[in-house]
Amino acid sequence: MSAIHYREIEGQSAGFWALAALLTAFMAAGLTAAYFMAHIGHIITGMTNQVVWGMPHVFAVFLIVAASGALNTASIASVFARVAYKPLARLSGLLAIALLLGGLAILVLDLGRPDRLGLAMTHYNFRSIFAWNIFLYTGFLALTGWYLWVMMERRLNRYTRVVGTAAFLWRLILTTGTGSIFGFLVARQPYDEAIMAPMFIVMSLSFGLAIFILVLMAAFKGTGRPLGDEILMRLKNLLGVFAAAVLYFLLAFHLTKLYEAKFRGAEAFLLWNGGIYTFLFWFGAVLLGGVLPMLLFWLPQTRRSRAAVVWGSASVLVGGLALMYDIIIGGQAWPLSIFPGMHVSSSFYDGVVNFYAPSLPEFALGLGGCALALFIALFALKLLPFLPETLADEKVRPK
Amino acid sequence: MRKSPGENSTAGKPRRGRGEVGEGRNLGQPAERGRAEAGIDEGRRWLVGAAAVSALVLAPGVSLIAYAEAAGRRAAGASSKTRWGLLIDTTKCKASCSVCVAACSSYNGWKNEGRPTDPQWIRKVQVSDPKTGFSRSVPVMCQHCGNAPCVEVCPTGASFKRADGIVLVDRHICIGCRFCMMACPYKARSFISENLTNQKPWAPRGKGTVEGCTLCVPRIDAGKIPACVEACSREGGGAMTFGNLKDPQSAIRRALAEYPAAQLRADLMLDPGVRYRGL
Repeated sequence: MSAIHYREIEGQSAGFWALAALLTAFMAAGLTAAYFMAHIGHIITGMTNQVVWGMPHVFAVFLIVAASGALNTASIASVFARVAYKPLARLSGLLAIALLLGGLAILVLDLGRPDRLGLAMTHYNFRSIFAWNIFLYTGFLALTGWYLWVMMERRLNRYTRVVGTAAFLWRLILTTGTGSIFGFLVARQPYDEAIMAPMFIVMSLSFGLAIFILVLMAAFKGTGRPLGDEILMRLKNLLGVFAAAVLYFLLAFHLTKLYEAKFRGAEAFLLWNGGIYTFLFWFGAVLLGGVLPMLLFWLPQTRRSRAAVVWGSASVLVGGLALMYDIIIGGQAWPLSIFPGMHVSSSFYDGVVNFYAPSLPEFALGLGGCALALFIALFALKLLPFLPETLADEKVRPK
Repeated sequence: MRKSPGENSTAGKPRRGRGEVGEGRNLGQPAERGRAEAGIDEGRRWLVGAAAVSALVLAPGVSLIAYAEAAGRRAAGASSKTRWGLLIDTTKCKASCSVCVAACSSYNGWKNEGRPTDPQWIRKVQVSDPKTGFSRSVPVMCQHCGNAPCVEVCPTGASFKRADGIVLVDRHICIGCRFCMMACPYKARSFISENLTNQKPWAPRGKGTVEGCTLCVPRIDAGKIPACVEACSREGGGAMTFGNLKDPQSAIRRALAEYPAAQLRADLMLDPGVRYRGL
């Protein structure tokens, strides 16, 4: 492979500024929603004392999980020494940081007391997986920033593998932490499984790579840079494998649950008679998140198609969001089992499936966080040389 | 061990709660003030005026000193020689009775208007066995666990357990992340979703933070029993026994030694401070 030349994007076109304006509008809507949520209270959201984490958490956890997965291509280049991926490593690191910042912004602005962020940074309970995550997030940002620096500073290039390996290990730990937020919740039947940590890692591989592929294709198309099939087909094949791996983990997760009688009520709800949650699982997570992308990527009729890569990646993302909604909201919709085996009722909604309808401010905040991630990536591409000038096949193919 | 906002003394050695500290200390009774003023000649009346103004100016400061003294007493802290607990005899708890809920609501100042966002520190749960028809009405509140999941998951340490086993939320460092609500197996906590007014001075509550049963900690620190227990014994079926689980001579301990009592979700091994008889 010949030397890689990176160049900033021009960022002068009407399309660039239109995109920047659109993202700004979404961010402004998100900030407005956050202002009203802080000022009036969470009463303006669909969240209640039954469903305490709502749509903002769906977006936030999705972005945080995707962030660590966005680092995939950089890790493949630096840790596993696949040279074909090397030109993608900078964009990979950038997206990892941008997505994480977008997700964290949502989480922070959804807090009941977002004004106490400083307090959250100074008061730690080290038994809390949430507190560990604060370190994991900030550490990931610092490590990935350092990784980008050693990749972009020629004199430091020799440290790329070491720092890249550290970032790779850190992202594994980070997503273990994210999955464990749910896996450690022994009180709730739909969670409470150690497999949630590795399942979140596999989900991150899939969601992160899907976002990476879409951003890569959009950036190359937008700037008129050549993007050959060689690298694109490798990436989509990898995404197909990751999507299949997510299905495998979902199968293992739910089979384990179904085997235990105490979980069968919750499982029947999520997989069979849970209305929107059942639909989101089968149609969203399984069909859109796994089966459809695999068909698009590997059926003889579509396997060389670029449109199939776009639609397949987008399908992974939609399926991923559906899965996240299913896990986070569906897991809370199922009532707590305080008196196992008994029928219960109370004024506090004991024993009934909890109702939740996401509100406009929640969507605004969630989409605002997504917009923030893309906005950071967009302007970073304009300011620093993250994108290679070409990914034409002859440049990518190892010599 | 951090102290609760309302904690003023060693548990088991009753002292006044914060709401009572310093009350009526700085200004005497009207009759006393009248007698004092009677002996003062007219020419020095301005002195009295100046003293009154000074008193008004200084009163808040003096009150602060009183509070500081109370804070000093707090250093003694809750004692680990005590483990406060509740025993609920469900055979005496009627489905139609909810005086415990009303008493808690009234004392702590929370209101349930039937909305899913309303807080409920204590609720009556109707429990029935679908196979046998056996049924009970059970008050459920924070179980004040020895191994409290809410305390373990709280990122800032706002959820904490006093030495005497009472699990509380420090509303000053709660960031409103609701992870404790996700972790609690008893649905014992509520999040405040809107602005509040007319809170009780002894039960600090505020929008954006999480709250739950405090076991009426200011009352306990003042040597009284929780409001729900008092109401139950006075107007209800006398189904609740409050006391020190570590004292073999206490009524609760003797009752627990005599009859079997269940823990809710005993499988989780959370060592709850609340036990149920007849379930």
